[in-house]
Amino acid sequence: MKILVIEDDREAADYLKNALSEAGHTADIARDGDSGFSMAETGSYDIYVVDRMLPRRDGLSIIAELRGTGNDTPALILSALGEVDDRVTGLRAGGDDYLTKPYAFSELLARIEVLKRRAGAKEIETVYHVGDLELDRLSHAVRRAGQEIILQPREFRLLEYMMRHAGQVVTRTMLLENVWDYHFDPQTNVIDVHISRLRGKIEKGFDKPLLHTVRGAGYMLKD
Amino acid sequence: MARLVAIMKTTAARLSALYLILFAVCATFLVIYMTSLSARMLAVQTRDTINEEVRGLDRAYQRGGLPFLVRVIESRARQPGANLYLLADANGRILSGNVESLQPGILDVVGWTERPFTYSRFGEAETRLAAGREPPHEAMALVFRLPNQIIVLVGRDLGEPEQFRRVMQRALVVTLVIMCLGALLIWYFVGRRALKRIDRVSAASRRIMAGDLTRRLPVSGAGDEFDRLSENLNKMLDRISALNEGLRQVSDNIAHDLKTPLTRLRNRAEAALAGNQKASGYREALERNIAESDQLIRTFNAILMISRLEAGYSAEAVSTIDLRAIVADVVELYEPAAEEQGVKLEAGIVGPAELRGNRELIGQALSNIVDNAIKYSADANQAPRVGVTLEKTSGEIRLTVSDNGPGVPPEDRQRVTERFVRLEESRTQPGSGLGLSLAKAVMTFHGGHLAFADNDPGLAVTMVFPASALV
Repeated sequence: MKILVIEDDREAADYLKNALSEAGHTADIARDGDSGFSMAETGSYDIYVVDRMLPRRDGLSIIAELRGTGNDTPALILSALGEVDDRVTGLRAGGDDYLTKPYAFSELLARIEVLKRRAGAKEIETVYHVGDLELDRLSHAVRRAGQEIILQPREFRLLEYMMRHAGQVVTRTMLLENVWDYHFDPQTNVIDVHISRLRGKIEKGFDKPLLHTVRGAGYMLKD
Repeated sequence: MARLVAIMKTTAARLSALYLILFAVCATFLVIYMTSLSARMLAVQTRDTINEEVRGLDRAYQRGGLPFLVRVIESRARQPGANLYLLADANGRILSGNVESLQPGILDVVGWTERPFTYSRFGEAETRLAAGREPPHEAMALVFRLPNQIIVLVGRDLGEPEQFRRVMQRALVVTLVIMCLGALLIWYFVGRRALKRIDRVSAASRRIMAGDLTRRLPVSGAGDEFDRLSENLNKMLDRISALNEGLRQVSDNIAHDLKTPLTRLRNRAEAALAGNQKASGYREALERNIAESDQLIRTFNAILMISRLEAGYSAEAVSTIDLRAIVADVVELYEPAAEEQGVKLEAGIVGPAELRGNRELIGQALSNIVDNAIKYSADANQAPRVGVTLEKTSGEIRLTVSDNGPGVPPEDRQRVTERFVRLEESRTQPGSGLGLSLAKAVMTFHGGHLAFADNDPGLAVTMVFPASALV
């Protein structure tokens, strides 16, 4: 994946570049708003990672202008401002996701990959498959190896989100944001308990585990 | 002179001067207008009288010819306060009447005299010469010629309109003087009294700016605009000092409670570097440091959020929300975690409760409280349970989280919402000590408060939303 990182802090930018290339992506760095905008306009990238506070030009105006010219490459906003209304203004400006500094790199990586996938898959499938597990979004039915599994509504949404992002790491905050629609930090391990309940339902009585814990990052559903 | 300049710099003096000029111009205009209007009316009246006289004389001439006319003129001229009458031959020699002499050239033009002329009556010329001062009389007149070239003049003295104009002028002067005095009085009252109060206010604010932040502006108790201004400014000062105090607390807290974990972080890194460790040792130290940093970030975020809440959020952050949905969300979110710890988490809800608020903030506050309740009820003597109830009374919405844990003694109940306060008994539980402070800040932001009560056994924490937040 080709990523444009618009970030003025040299150390943070270099760290991101190295870490992204270790994860198998290539990253270009822009150190201020103006050059970031012109690189985004001329180059072809799969994703933009934009710091909100930049010299010369702030990150939100870059995204807003790119959106104005019809450029809909996914953009992830990085910001030290993490309050409720900051997030809202960030997403309203055309950002696709919002991550508050300081962040864990695993969180950033997980979100970038999800954004990329979302941009690629324009159509949403009605039935998801992971191994022998299948989820029908219309009839709300979940089966594994043909055997029906009964889920609570929230468990269904949790599994639906995990299946839509099968093969990708999803973090606890991503789950809280997308399944519960809250953006705070739930302090204790509430999400883990939900996952282990879900795991119990979809893995009990089957040999092959599907829902994997990714240490230090989150979870991944894969065959 | 310098004092005068200083006085002129006050608003009251300027306003008084402005009004004085404005009213003086108006008064002058009014007097001039009235004078000219009255003078014109008097002139019309004079002409009417003279026309009437002329018609009378004409009738007399028709009836008895020149001798009768002369007789009539003689008799009229002798009456006290009579008009001017004059009969002259074609050369302008005076034949009869009560006029001894008049401005030359008047008799040459037939018709109304164009402007007032001077004249003197019989016997007056000498007295005037003797007095030497009295100005000549002025008059206006109608001149006409009889068929035999005899000139007749009928006129009226203009002494009356003149006198009127003088009265008016005097009135104008008196008015202007009174207005000047009035302006001085207004300046004295407005300037000296009202502006002295403004001076007191600015003196007080100077002292506040100089650093005496406990000082407040004077309020006289009159309840007027100045008092309202002072009261509002005082409220503003209260708010500023509250914010200031909050900021000071934040920096104190950062100093106390963030330095400790930072020190641990540093020590651990140092220890890892100092010893000759195996790879796994480094790894463990790094992992623990990451965990510690995450906790630090969490604490830091909570502190920032509390400060932001106390400083006030934008109105944009508020919308119409249903508390019932938030309760359902949070209970649903925490239920598995509670079950895992052997705690029964139940929600008892009555009816919808819509209010103006921020879903995220209330959700976070409620989960902090629920999180606490689950933690503490876990070591209850009976079967641990946590209940969330939502009641709507006439004036408020009460969202209560009750547990049957050990509870909090009454004397400590207010203290638990202070930042970083963790009661001794809870030191063993994980947490930053900011959960309830954040909940309290969220409630303050919504115009409500947190109430603590005994659940016997256990603690009941109530989020009280005021009627003003209701939709």
